[in-house]
Amino acid sequence: MLLNEADLQSIWLTLRLAGVVTLILFLVGTPVAWWLARTHSRWKGPIGAMVALPLVLPPSVLGFYLLVAMGPNGPVGQFTQALGLGLLPFTFWGLVVASVFYSLPFMVQPVQNAFESIGDRPLEVAATLGASPLNAFFTVALPLAAPGLLTAGILTFAHTVGEFGVVLMIGGNIPGVTRVASVQIYDHVDAMEYSDAHRLAAVMLVFSFLVLLVLYLWRPNARSA
Amino acid sequence: MHPVRKFSLALALLGAGTLAQADEVQVAVAANFTAPMKEMAVAFEKATGHKVNAAYGATGKFYAQIQNGAPFEVLLAADDRTPTKLVAEGAAVKGTQFTYAIGTLVLWSARPGFVDDQGKVLAKGAFEKIAIANPKTAPYGAAALQVLTGLELLDQVAPKFVTGENIAQTFQFVSTGNAELGFVALSQIIKDGKQIEGSAWPVPDKLHEPIRQDAVVLAKGKGKPAAEALMAFLKGEEARAVITGYGYGI
Repeated sequence: MLLNEADLQSIWLTLRLAGVVTLILFLVGTPVAWWLARTHSRWKGPIGAMVALPLVLPPSVLGFYLLVAMGPNGPVGQFTQALGLGLLPFTFWGLVVASVFYSLPFMVQPVQNAFESIGDRPLEVAATLGASPLNAFFTVALPLAAPGLLTAGILTFAHTVGEFGVVLMIGGNIPGVTRVASVQIYDHVDAMEYSDAHRLAAVMLVFSFLVLLVLYLWRPNARSA
Repeated sequence: MHPVRKFSLALALLGAGTLAQADEVQVAVAANFTAPMKEMAVAFEKATGHKVNAAYGATGKFYAQIQNGAPFEVLLAADDRTPTKLVAEGAAVKGTQFTYAIGTLVLWSARPGFVDDQGKVLAKGAFEKIAIANPKTAPYGAAALQVLTGLELLDQVAPKFVTGENIAQTFQFVSTGNAELGFVALSQIIKDGKQIEGSAWPVPDKLHEPIRQDAVVLAKGKGKPAAEALMAFLKGEEARAVITGYGYGI
């Protein structure tokens, strides 16, 4: 067997995390992208900048703020405790919350671009034909933006798989709960288990390349269609 | 000679003069030794004129970096295994290895009164998370496992483990309250000669193998005066006072 059980467990956990985060970001990110694409509000600039922040912030900044905010004395921690959910650090859902922040721009920006490139015309036509704004969104805008949504989904999933710094800071390295593949590799290196590190690192490399290959092979076709 | 040129020549000579005496030493330091090292660096620089450039982190990671050409000249490890290994592999200078400190393990909580002075809190188990350093890579983590095994509490406590990448992160998990308690180094909960807030149980030595922390000159530091000066300084009175002040044995 190429990978041992702990490595496989870390890969499965990573895929689960990336899947849940992508799903949540489809639900949260699409409305935000729609608003950013259509609005003329003066809040467009500030909100757009906030969405883009994780692109430039070091993971250590995000990880540090989340650790303090989600801790027993932080606002998020007090909120989750009041709800009877306990504390988020060192849990799978803590990683989900952190990753939703961290991967937000990878969902919002491609979807926003897709919505913007539709333009006003198709939506005006839909309105003339009697479609409500909500109806037009689901029957006109979403189908037209589908390639953008798919790109965003793939990028979000892949970016979450590649996450390391934030997970290291709030994960607590618990097997099956927070020890994702990137952390497992780091552990192998620290423990001088270089052959284990090589195997898992190679799997990550091949996976990441294949995801990007699919994206780059598929995207030109989608544009010309 | 043009006055400006004369001036720059004098400046160059001055620069060369100070360079010959004052050197820099690149030193990799185990995370648990961060506070004493910072204090000693000031004294060392004052006493010798050499400058200390210290990196703090996990000993295992330093090993990997040293193996791959990191520019460190001296290693202050958290164990004695890594320096021994480096000497055997030719990456460190034979005959320079010595124990600069013996680590003390404590069970600590940021909450006053949470940890009793007998460590009975472990058996009671009234906590959600307990932080330990990664036992595979950090000697303080390995010692914590020995303690729990010896007390026959490992099976009971292990499901509540959260693992810090090194002892510094372990401390951070406990100090932010995200883990109610954890096994950290005594040196981490001492500030200005006093124990910081919270509650602690200094784990008796007999419950784990001694945490011998060895220093060694690395291949890149061979024959460098600043590296040798630092090793000599570590053995001296002034350094020893700092080291014991942080709760280490020598």
